[in-house]
Amino acid sequence: MRIKILVRLKGQILEPQGKVIEQSLNSLGFTEFSNIRQGKLIELDLPDNVSKEEKAQKIDSACKKLLVNDIIEEYEVLG
Amino acid sequence: MSFKSAVITFPGSNCDRDALCYLKDLTKGEVHNIWHEETSLPKVDLVILPGGFSFGDYLRSGAMASKSKIIDEVVKHANDNRYLLGICNGFQILTEIGLLEGALIRNKKLKFLGKNCFIKKKFKNNFNFSIKDNQILQIPVAHNEGNFYCDTETLNLLKNNEQIAFEYCKGEFSNNEENINGSIEAIAGITNKKKNVLGMMPHPERAYSDFHQSQDGRLIIESLIS
Repeated sequence: MRIKILVRLKGQILEPQGKVIEQSLNSLGFTEFSNIRQGKLIELDLPDNVSKEEKAQKIDSACKKLLVNDIIEEYEVLG
Repeated sequence: MSFKSAVITFPGSNCDRDALCYLKDLTKGEVHNIWHEETSLPKVDLVILPGGFSFGDYLRSGAMASKSKIIDEVVKHANDNRYLLGICNGFQILTEIGLLEGALIRNKKLKFLGKNCFIKKKFKNNFNFSIKDNQILQIPVAHNEGNFYCDTETLNLLKNNEQIAFEYCKGEFSNNEENINGSIEAIAGITNKKKNVLGMMPHPERAYSDFHQSQDGRLIIESLIS
Protein backbone atom coordinates (compact mmCIF):
# COMPACT_ATOMS: atom_id res chain seq x y z
CA MET A 1 0.00 0.00 0.00
CA ARG A 2 1.11 3.55 -0.77
CA ILE A 3 1.42 5.84 2.25
CA LYS A 4 1.39 9.62 1.97
CA ILE A 5 2.60 11.74 4.86
CA LEU A 6 2.05 15.49 4.78
CA VAL A 7 4.63 17.42 6.81
CA ARG A 8 4.25 21.13 7.43
CA LEU A 9 5.59 23.86 9.65
CA LYS A 10 3.41 24.53 12.67
CA GLY A 11 0.94 27.36 12.17
CA GLN A 12 2.66 29.94 14.37
CA ILE A 13 6.02 29.57 12.61
CA LEU A 14 6.88 31.99 9.82
CA GLU A 15 7.02 30.13 6.50
CA PRO A 16 8.88 32.55 4.20
CA GLN A 17 8.63 30.37 1.05
CA GLY A 18 4.84 30.51 1.16
CA LYS A 19 5.00 34.30 1.50
CA VAL A 20 7.15 34.59 -1.64
CA ILE A 21 4.86 32.21 -3.59
CA GLU A 22 1.92 34.35 -2.50
CA GLN A 23 3.59 37.56 -3.72
CA SER A 24 4.35 35.95 -7.08
CA LEU A 25 0.84 34.58 -7.53
CA ASN A 26 -0.65 37.92 -6.53
CA SER A 27 1.50 39.70 -9.10
CA LEU A 28 0.32 37.19 -11.76
CA GLY A 29 -3.23 38.27 -11.09
CA PHE A 30 -4.24 35.62 -8.55
CA THR A 31 -5.09 38.37 -6.09
CA GLU A 32 -7.69 36.29 -4.24
CA PHE A 33 -5.01 33.80 -3.00
CA SER A 34 -3.75 34.49 0.48
CA ASN A 35 -2.14 32.80 3.51
CA ILE A 36 -0.07 30.48 1.32
CA ARG A 37 2.13 27.99 3.17
CA GLN A 38 4.37 25.37 1.61
CA GLY A 39 4.91 21.96 3.16
CA LYS A 40 6.28 18.63 1.97
CA LEU A 41 4.77 15.31 1.00
CA ILE A 42 6.58 12.06 1.75
CA GLU A 43 5.36 8.97 -0.11
CA LEU A 44 6.37 5.40 0.70
CA ASP A 45 5.30 1.81 0.17
CA LEU A 46 4.34 -0.61 2.98
CA PRO A 47 3.49 -4.30 2.35
CA ASP A 48 -0.29 -4.90 2.04
CA ASN A 49 -0.30 -7.51 4.80
CA VAL A 50 0.73 -5.00 7.52
CA SER A 51 -2.16 -4.61 9.96
CA LYS A 52 -3.87 -1.27 10.53
CA GLU A 53 -2.46 -0.97 14.07
CA GLU A 54 1.05 -1.90 13.00
CA LYS A 55 0.88 0.54 10.10
CA ALA A 56 -0.14 3.41 12.38
CA GLN A 57 2.53 2.49 14.91
CA LYS A 58 5.31 2.21 12.29
CA ILE A 59 4.44 5.50 10.59
CA ASP A 60 4.19 7.31 13.91
CA SER A 61 7.54 5.92 15.03
CA ALA A 62 9.27 6.85 11.73
CA CYS A 63 7.86 10.38 11.92
CA LYS A 64 9.04 10.86 15.50
CA LYS A 65 12.50 9.36 14.90
CA LEU A 66 13.37 11.02 11.60
CA LEU A 67 10.75 12.36 9.25
CA VAL A 68 9.35 15.15 11.45
CA ASN A 69 10.96 17.58 13.89
CA ASP A 70 8.13 18.14 16.34
CA ILE A 71 9.61 21.39 17.64
CA ILE A 72 8.73 23.09 14.35
CA GLU A 73 6.66 20.63 12.31
CA GLU A 74 3.42 18.66 12.41
CA TYR A 75 2.29 15.79 10.20
CA GLU A 76 -0.81 14.14 8.89
CA VAL A 77 -1.16 10.74 7.21
CA LEU A 78 -3.29 11.15 4.09
CA GLY A 79 -5.77 8.50 2.89
CA MET B 1 48.58 19.21 30.17
CA SER B 2 47.92 19.45 26.49
CA PHE B 3 44.46 20.14 25.15
CA LYS B 4 43.10 17.32 22.98
CA SER B 5 40.36 17.73 20.43
CA ALA B 6 38.53 16.08 17.52
CA VAL B 7 36.50 17.11 14.49
CA ILE B 8 33.77 14.84 13.10
CA THR B 9 33.43 14.68 9.32
CA PHE B 10 30.08 13.81 7.71
CA PRO B 11 29.49 13.39 3.97
CA GLY B 12 28.94 17.00 2.88
CA SER B 13 30.87 18.64 5.72
CA ASN B 14 32.92 21.44 4.18
CA CYS B 15 34.40 23.24 7.18
CA ASP B 16 36.04 20.20 8.78
CA ARG B 17 39.46 21.08 7.35
CA ASP B 18 39.18 24.67 8.59
CA ALA B 19 38.13 23.40 12.02
CA LEU B 20 41.14 21.02 12.12
CA CYS B 21 43.55 23.87 11.27
CA TYR B 22 41.82 26.13 13.80
CA LEU B 23 42.31 23.54 16.54
CA LYS B 24 45.88 22.60 15.52
CA ASP B 25 47.05 26.20 15.37
CA LEU B 26 45.37 27.41 18.54
CA THR B 27 45.48 24.45 20.91
CA LYS B 28 48.95 23.15 19.86
CA GLY B 29 47.67 19.78 21.09
CA GLU B 30 46.57 16.48 19.58
CA VAL B 31 43.76 16.86 17.00
CA HIS B 32 41.81 13.92 15.58
CA ASN B 33 39.61 13.78 12.51
CA ILE B 34 36.81 11.24 12.93
CA TRP B 35 34.62 9.86 10.12
CA HIS B 36 30.90 9.73 10.97
CA GLU B 37 30.71 5.95 10.57
CA GLU B 38 33.24 5.36 13.35
CA THR B 39 31.86 3.85 16.55
CA SER B 40 34.52 5.09 18.95
CA LEU B 41 35.81 8.49 19.87
CA PRO B 42 39.20 9.11 21.53
CA LYS B 43 39.08 10.77 24.97
CA VAL B 44 39.41 14.43 24.09
CA ASP B 45 38.61 17.74 25.77
CA LEU B 46 36.66 19.19 22.85
CA VAL B 47 34.71 17.77 19.90
CA ILE B 48 33.68 20.02 17.00
CA LEU B 49 30.76 19.24 14.71
CA PRO B 50 31.77 21.35 11.69
CA GLY B 51 29.83 23.41 9.18
CA GLY B 52 28.73 22.29 5.75
CA PHE B 53 25.77 20.55 4.20
CA SER B 54 25.87 17.11 5.81
CA PHE B 55 23.93 14.60 3.70
CA GLY B 56 23.03 17.41 1.31
CA ASP B 57 20.74 19.01 3.94
CA TYR B 58 18.15 16.44 2.79
CA LEU B 59 14.88 16.30 4.75
CA ARG B 60 16.03 19.00 7.22
CA SER B 61 19.48 20.49 7.88
CA GLY B 62 21.32 18.16 10.25
CA ALA B 63 18.53 15.55 10.37
CA MET B 64 20.44 12.68 8.77
CA ALA B 65 23.76 13.49 10.46
CA SER B 66 22.03 13.40 13.85
CA LYS B 67 21.40 9.66 13.25
CA SER B 68 25.01 8.82 12.26
CA LYS B 69 26.83 6.00 14.07
CA ILE B 70 29.32 8.32 15.78
CA ILE B 71 26.54 10.36 17.43
CA ASP B 72 26.09 7.93 20.35
CA GLU B 73 29.75 8.54 21.21
CA VAL B 74 29.34 12.30 20.79
CA VAL B 75 26.40 12.22 23.23
CA LYS B 76 28.46 10.17 25.71
CA HIS B 77 31.30 12.69 25.34
CA ALA B 78 28.89 15.53 26.21
CA ASN B 79 27.29 13.59 29.09
CA ASP B 80 30.80 13.15 30.43
CA ASN B 81 30.97 16.95 30.89
CA ARG B 82 33.46 17.44 28.08
CA TYR B 83 33.18 20.29 25.60
CA LEU B 84 31.16 19.96 22.40
CA LEU B 85 30.96 22.77 19.85
CA GLY B 86 28.63 22.73 16.85
CA ILE B 87 29.33 25.39 14.24
CA CYS B 88 26.67 26.26 11.64
CA ASN B 89 25.56 22.85 10.30
CA GLY B 90 27.03 21.49 13.55
CA PHE B 91 24.58 23.68 15.50
CA GLN B 92 21.72 22.34 13.35
CA ILE B 93 22.90 18.77 14.08
CA LEU B 94 23.00 19.47 17.85
CA THR B 95 19.38 20.65 17.83
CA GLU B 96 18.35 17.61 15.75
CA ILE B 97 20.10 15.31 18.26
CA GLY B 98 18.26 17.12 21.04
CA LEU B 99 21.41 18.16 22.93
CA LEU B 100 20.37 21.77 22.37
CA GLU B 101 16.89 23.32 22.52
CA GLY B 102 14.98 24.80 19.58
CA ALA B 103 15.48 24.47 15.85
CA LEU B 104 17.04 26.41 12.97
CA ILE B 105 14.66 27.34 10.16
CA ARG B 106 14.96 29.23 6.85
CA ASN B 107 16.42 32.74 7.10
CA LYS B 108 13.61 35.25 7.35
CA LYS B 109 14.49 36.95 4.04
CA LEU B 110 15.03 33.56 2.29
CA LYS B 111 18.57 34.50 1.26
CA PHE B 112 21.70 32.46 1.82
CA LEU B 113 23.84 34.72 4.01
CA GLY B 114 27.57 34.59 3.35
CA LYS B 115 29.20 37.60 4.94
CA ASN B 116 30.78 39.05 8.04
CA CYS B 117 28.48 39.43 10.97
CA PHE B 118 28.81 40.91 14.40
CA ILE B 119 28.02 39.19 17.67
CA LYS B 120 28.47 39.82 21.36
CA LYS B 121 28.21 37.56 24.34
CA LYS B 122 24.96 37.43 26.28
CA PHE B 123 25.58 35.15 29.26
CA LYS B 124 29.02 34.03 30.43
CA ASN B 125 30.17 30.42 29.98
CA ASN B 126 33.45 28.58 29.43
CA PHE B 127 33.29 29.13 25.65
CA ASN B 128 33.12 32.94 25.87
CA PHE B 129 34.95 33.48 29.15
CA SER B 130 37.79 35.54 27.57
CA ILE B 131 35.36 37.87 25.76
CA LYS B 132 34.62 41.14 27.51
CA ASP B 133 31.03 42.28 28.15
CA ASN B 134 29.85 44.41 25.20
CA GLN B 135 32.92 43.43 23.14
CA ILE B 136 31.77 43.17 19.51
CA LEU B 137 33.20 40.22 17.58
CA GLN B 138 33.43 40.14 13.79
CA ILE B 139 32.89 36.57 12.62
CA PRO B 140 31.64 35.32 9.22
CA VAL B 141 28.33 33.53 8.69
CA ALA B 142 27.42 31.27 5.75
CA HIS B 143 23.96 29.78 6.09
CA ASN B 144 20.50 29.38 4.66
CA GLU B 145 18.84 27.95 7.77
CA GLY B 146 20.15 29.99 10.69
CA ASN B 147 16.92 31.48 11.94
CA PHE B 148 16.76 30.20 15.53
CA TYR B 149 13.27 29.28 16.67
CA CYS B 150 11.89 28.00 19.96
CA ASP B 151 8.58 28.41 21.76
CA THR B 152 8.07 31.02 24.50
CA GLU B 153 8.38 28.49 27.30
CA THR B 154 11.77 27.29 25.95
CA LEU B 155 12.94 30.86 25.42
CA ASN B 156 12.17 31.65 29.06
CA LEU B 157 14.12 28.57 30.13
CA LEU B 158 17.09 29.61 27.95
CA LYS B 159 17.05 33.03 29.61
CA ASN B 160 16.51 31.83 33.17
CA ASN B 161 19.29 29.25 32.86
CA GLU B 162 21.55 31.82 31.13
CA GLN B 163 21.96 29.50 28.11
CA ILE B 164 22.12 32.24 25.46
CA ALA B 165 25.83 32.51 24.62
CA PHE B 166 25.88 34.92 21.67
CA GLU B 167 23.51 37.37 20.02
CA TYR B 168 23.81 39.26 16.73
CA CYS B 169 24.41 42.98 17.03
CA LYS B 170 25.26 46.04 14.99
CA GLY B 171 28.86 46.39 13.83
CA GLU B 172 31.09 48.58 11.72
CA PHE B 173 29.98 47.28 8.28
CA SER B 174 26.63 45.76 9.17
CA ASN B 175 24.33 48.40 7.61
CA ASN B 176 22.72 48.80 11.01
CA GLU B 177 21.40 45.26 10.84
CA GLU B 178 20.99 43.90 14.32
CA ASN B 179 19.40 40.58 13.51
CA ILE B 180 20.65 39.21 10.20
CA ASN B 181 18.47 36.12 9.86
CA GLY B 182 15.33 36.72 11.93
CA SER B 183 16.33 34.57 14.93
CA ILE B 184 14.22 34.94 18.05
CA GLU B 185 15.81 37.68 20.19
CA ALA B 186 18.72 37.77 17.67
CA ILE B 187 20.13 34.56 19.13
CA ALA B 188 23.39 33.50 17.40
CA GLY B 189 24.45 30.73 19.79
CA ILE B 190 23.13 28.79 22.78
CA THR B 191 24.48 26.27 25.25
CA ASN B 192 22.87 23.34 27.01
CA LYS B 193 21.88 23.71 30.66
CA LYS B 194 25.26 22.43 31.90
CA LYS B 195 27.01 24.84 29.50
CA ASN B 196 29.48 22.29 28.12
CA VAL B 197 27.72 22.13 24.71
CA LEU B 198 27.63 25.22 22.48
CA GLY B 199 25.95 25.63 19.11
CA MET B 200 26.55 28.78 17.07
CA MET B 201 25.81 29.84 13.49
CA PRO B 202 28.88 32.13 12.96
CA HIS B 203 32.17 30.45 12.00
CA PRO B 204 34.98 31.20 14.49
CA GLU B 205 37.29 28.87 12.50
CA ARG B 206 37.10 31.38 9.64
CA ALA B 207 38.36 34.21 11.86
CA TYR B 208 41.57 33.28 13.60
CA SER B 209 44.58 33.46 11.28
CA ASP B 210 46.59 36.44 10.05
CA PHE B 211 45.15 35.86 6.57
CA HIS B 212 41.58 36.17 7.85
CA GLN B 213 39.89 39.57 8.05
CA SER B 214 39.28 39.13 11.75
CA GLN B 215 40.96 37.08 14.45
CA ASP B 216 38.07 37.29 16.92
CA GLY B 217 37.32 33.57 16.54
CA ARG B 218 40.45 32.82 18.57
CA LEU B 219 38.67 33.97 21.71
CA ILE B 220 36.52 30.82 21.84
CA ILE B 221 39.47 28.42 21.95
CA GLU B 222 41.39 30.80 24.23
CA SER B 223 38.43 30.82 26.60
CA LEU B 224 38.34 27.00 26.71
CA ILE B 225 42.07 26.65 27.25
CA SER B 226 42.42 29.36 29.90
